[in-house]
Amino acid sequence: MSLKKNIKALREKKAIVQKGGGDAAIEKQVAMGKLTARDRILAILDENSFHEYDLFVQHEERNFGMDKKELAGDGVITGTGTIYGAPICIYAQDFTVMGGSLGLKHARKITKIMDHALKLQVPLIGINDSGGARIQEGIGALAGYGEIFYRNTMASGVIPQISVILGPCAGGAVYSPALTDFVFVVENISKMFITGPNVIESVLGEKISQEDLGGARVHAEITGNAHFYAGSEQECFEQIKQLIRFIPWNNNQKARAFEPKEPKIKKSIENIIPSDPKQPYDVRDIIKVLVDDSEFLEVHELFAQNIVVGFGRMNGETIGFVANQPLYLAGVLDCDSSDKAGRFIRYCDAFNIPLVTLEDMPGYLPGVDQEHEGVIRHGAKVLYAYSEATVPKITIILRKAYGGGYIAMNSRHLGADFVFSWPSAEIAVMGPEGAANIIFRKEIMEAEDQDAMRAEKVQEYIDKFANPYVAASKGYIDGVIEPAETRSVLLHALSISVKKVDERPKKKHGIPPF
Amino acid sequence: MSTKENKDKEFIDFAVTARKYKTLLTRKYKQRKFWENPDPMEIFSFIPGTIVDVFVKEGDFVEEGEPIMILEAMKMKNRIDMPFSAKIKKINVEKGVRVPKEFLLFELEK
Repeated sequence: MSLKKNIKALREKKAIVQKGGGDAAIEKQVAMGKLTARDRILAILDENSFHEYDLFVQHEERNFGMDKKELAGDGVITGTGTIYGAPICIYAQDFTVMGGSLGLKHARKITKIMDHALKLQVPLIGINDSGGARIQEGIGALAGYGEIFYRNTMASGVIPQISVILGPCAGGAVYSPALTDFVFVVENISKMFITGPNVIESVLGEKISQEDLGGARVHAEITGNAHFYAGSEQECFEQIKQLIRFIPWNNNQKARAFEPKEPKIKKSIENIIPSDPKQPYDVRDIIKVLVDDSEFLEVHELFAQNIVVGFGRMNGETIGFVANQPLYLAGVLDCDSSDKAGRFIRYCDAFNIPLVTLEDMPGYLPGVDQEHEGVIRHGAKVLYAYSEATVPKITIILRKAYGGGYIAMNSRHLGADFVFSWPSAEIAVMGPEGAANIIFRKEIMEAEDQDAMRAEKVQEYIDKFANPYVAASKGYIDGVIEPAETRSVLLHALSISVKKVDERPKKKHGIPPF
Repeated sequence: MSTKENKDKEFIDFAVTARKYKTLLTRKYKQRKFWENPDPMEIFSFIPGTIVDVFVKEGDFVEEGEPIMILEAMKMKNRIDMPFSAKIKKINVEKGVRVPKEFLLFELEK
């Protein structure tokens, strides 16, 4: 056979496999509003950058009639490519091939590309669209899942791992995404649950739709399992590309530096914050006037909205922002916002991203539900994450810093490198009203006009304690700055912290309050 | 979301210790469960399931530890026993009905 013939045969073989489950199955996939696995990879990666491997891998199952079934690529496409030039290892489960079900060879293709990612020290993107374990393969499928989870864990904190949920994702399949750094979901397409609605109904009699049980919105807003929520696959891919530009390839590197830019939004920072500490504002408006080009990529936008976390740039370098959000629940810390902040802080620390904390919080959320949900254990995650982090850590206290919240939000006492405060800040054990009620209880009770006396004592407390100067006099904060100076103070503090060295005691690993 | 848009929103007064803040609530916060002090005289289902048997009737005086009913859930038959000696005031279920979690099964009186 001549080489030409060989090439022709190869092309034909490739064309068959690249068709996945065939035209009918592809039509069904498209009818559900979904792209095919191949189109998804091509849409995420730079044009013409995708190189596929293991195209001809076949399953080895011989039972249940599987010996007569040929599955294109065993239901998963794997390969490498680039996003804005950054190298990427990627896989996409193909729902058109036996429902994207995971058998041993399918899993081994995934673990192979994961091993590559770890050795090459580049980010891994997994696109999940699978009915779950391939039942015919039995234990082989379970072994496959386990081998993936193990590698997710080994790669955690070494290379960025991104999961994209673009279809059903049930049972064991949800645990690989849960072990990765960022989970992306799309409205009406993504579904994640451990036990689906059918099982729940047959066992417990509870009727619930797939969407209400584990749809995209539920995971983005209620459970926090998803970090990014999009209205369409295309929007989701744009979010992934934007994220890749903010994070480094691995934990030995820094994120790519961009040309420093002035904020696009020129609004005066003083006009964003109401002077009355009881009035809300959107802290994202503050972040946007501080960061380069006013570009801010929010993580967990819909989950625990009382705290804002995300990436922006200063001096052209990626910075992780953690900010109390007075717009929701007055910006309190609670179970969910503690989980959200704690995790983000650890992400930034693992990947050499400096942290800037904007603090304006009245304390922890009171309530039986919070206490019983374990706000002590959840809240402790924030203390742990800040204390543990060795990246540059800078705090700006905008208005309120009360009690445990003052300590938790990257205080000097937890190892902050720089803490600055606006002159409007109230740094105290609790809000003036509460404090005055306790300290001056007797005076207030005995006064003829209790309300007038209370107001007087509240003012006395504000004048004496609820200001930044007590903390400044003890050196707990490094400076009281004018709001308009914030960006320049941050730029300086960040640029002189570039070579920061901060050692921690040698240990196998800590025991954070999981 | 700009500050201007925020002005159109319905801010509520949200008490954290002694001070009330103007703010918005999250969906999850609105859906939270409120705590109710448990009444020892009210017995609730601890799991959704089916009542497969009821051994007592209203007005009976039942000794502590005696079986009251069987609640089948997750393929397990759970026997619900009398928590303390008392009279059965009211039974809200009968054999064969399906109950959700935390459904008031029966009430007692001393």
